Amino acid sequence: MKNASITPVSERRLKNNTSLGQTFRNSLTMAYRGLLKIRRTPEQLFDVTLQPIIFTLMFTYIFGGAISGDVQSYLPVIIPGILVQTVITTSIVTGVQLREDMDKGVFDRFKSLPIARIAPLAGALLADTIRYTIATVLTFSMGYIMGYRPDGGLGNVILAALLVIVCSWAISWIFAFFGVIARTASSVQGISMLVLFPLTFLSNAFVPVKTMPSWLRWFADINPVSHLITAVRHLTNSGSFGWDFALTLIGAAVIVIVFAPLTVRAYMRRT
Amino acid sequence: MNVNKNMPVNGKWAVEAQGLVKKFGSNYAVNGVNLNVRPGAIYGVLGPNGAGKTTTIKMLATLLRPDAGSAKIFGYDVVKEPQIVRQLIGVTGQYASVDESLTATENLVIFSRLLGLGRAEAKHKSAELLEEFGLTEAAKRPLKNFSGGMRRRLDLAASLIAQPPLIFLDEPTTGLDPRTRNQMWDTIRRLVKTGSTVLLTTQYLQEADELADRIAVIDRGRVVAEGTADELKASIGRSSLQLRIQESQDTELVRRTVEQVLRVHSAVSPEGAKITAPMADADKVTDLLIALRAAGIKLAEMSVQKPTLDEVFLTITGHGVKEDASEETDARKKMNEEVK
Repeated sequence: MKNASITPVSERRLKNNTSLGQTFRNSLTMAYRGLLKIRRTPEQLFDVTLQPIIFTLMFTYIFGGAISGDVQSYLPVIIPGILVQTVITTSIVTGVQLREDMDKGVFDRFKSLPIARIAPLAGALLADTIRYTIATVLTFSMGYIMGYRPDGGLGNVILAALLVIVCSWAISWIFAFFGVIARTASSVQGISMLVLFPLTFLSNAFVPVKTMPSWLRWFADINPVSHLITAVRHLTNSGSFGWDFALTLIGAAVIVIVFAPLTVRAYMRRT
Repeated sequence: MNVNKNMPVNGKWAVEAQGLVKKFGSNYAVNGVNLNVRPGAIYGVLGPNGAGKTTTIKMLATLLRPDAGSAKIFGYDVVKEPQIVRQLIGVTGQYASVDESLTATENLVIFSRLLGLGRAEAKHKSAELLEEFGLTEAAKRPLKNFSGGMRRRLDLAASLIAQPPLIFLDEPTTGLDPRTRNQMWDTIRRLVKTGSTVLLTTQYLQEADELADRIAVIDRGRVVAEGTADELKASIGRSSLQLRIQESQDTELVRRTVEQVLRVHSAVSPEGAKITAPMADADKVTDLLIALRAAGIKLAEMSVQKPTLDEVFLTITGHGVKEDASEETDARKKMNEEVK
């Protein structure tokens, strides 16, 4: 070995806790790893590139006439709806990929390193915000091509985009939790779809809730996805922050506060 | 310093494990393992598949929480001070724990960054390690195209980034061809010269004999014998004397003569022409040969065999390494499922 000798144990500075700064740096390094992986396998970006394009086109032209009379007046309703639905669905992939990743030997090494325990998870989730960003940009671009001109202006559209990305990141902790406790990647996909399908469709994403039967409207009204969509609509269409905006951020924070520790604990218990 | 003597250095052991237990379901993977490893030694943990070697290492490396017992690494408790222990160890697993989809350099840079090295430092360190392990040419290739040996080398390189004083090597040469295996052995020997302590597990008796200062033989989750390779060999007696005779009808006579002169029990090979007896006192063999000549017995061949670790293992555990390999593999499979 080139370096003649190693530092004796007695001369090392050792501590048993991880500082916040180190946790942050470790997570960023793990996010960098996630980005490198995306760069090596760009085909895993298919879903976030094709889904926004196809869904936006499809739903707008199918429902536009029936719900808002014509496509043009439907765009301010559907674009925020489709945006939230697409980006949140994308966050399932985070859980699935985490499961696949964790089965590999490299996670044993991460566990044996003196790094923050949360870093491998937080890093993976952080790297996936790039996927949400791609989906968001593409959905808005598709809308723009189809004639959507948000009255809120570019600044508010960007703010709305950030809100969706932050919320999807928060929600991805739920799927990360499934990813950690599930046995196989396909079961993660299964459970997650089961949870997400009702949540995204039984909302105000595609149709006004007043057309729904009262029991369904009750659910659509309390559905957190509806609140997120409403917040996005307010921002993009009128540039206003409402109660929904605050509620959505609080909801996102609660999800992270509950699921991040749960996920890390489950991750530590697995071998 | 006498490496063969198992004594703590400055009152400290590199590894000190007492009564380690790990249960998967109702199956005891590790059932009360005690280990004491002197700093600066190569310590071999020898045992068949499923004996509990990997589970033991995982507990010592803070990857698994022991169900009972305690373990200290340089005096730091693996359960109470895991983050300190992690700063003192490097772990190279049975299956290469590196990132398949990234290149060798990217792997090492990421691990270096995680260990707190700066950007430039990490690059420098990675290049240095890649050169040292003969991987410079493959540095930019994704690991998918790496051979088993290259992967292992990269894996070991990754364990050395922080220059840890203790390195765990879980079956470092399993599945490698003889040439790569010899390279790995050289690397391990060089490691110890820099002051590292190495704890390695192996299924190969020859490997333990070749590398380790001390060996713990582990079977069904317990340490069944411990000592230097020579001590272990001596524990089952001395060398054995093997006689092959020309006329197999003399077998019974030869056996009786051997037992009379050497005062030991002897074994006769199934075809009857070979007699094996422990050789306690080489001087008595002269008497035996004279006695055999006097009886008119003609020898075809005579040899002295030193005990092998294989025999040690057989004697200690009462069963061969291969004999219940399938049973052990089943237990191991079950164990892996439980873990999942």
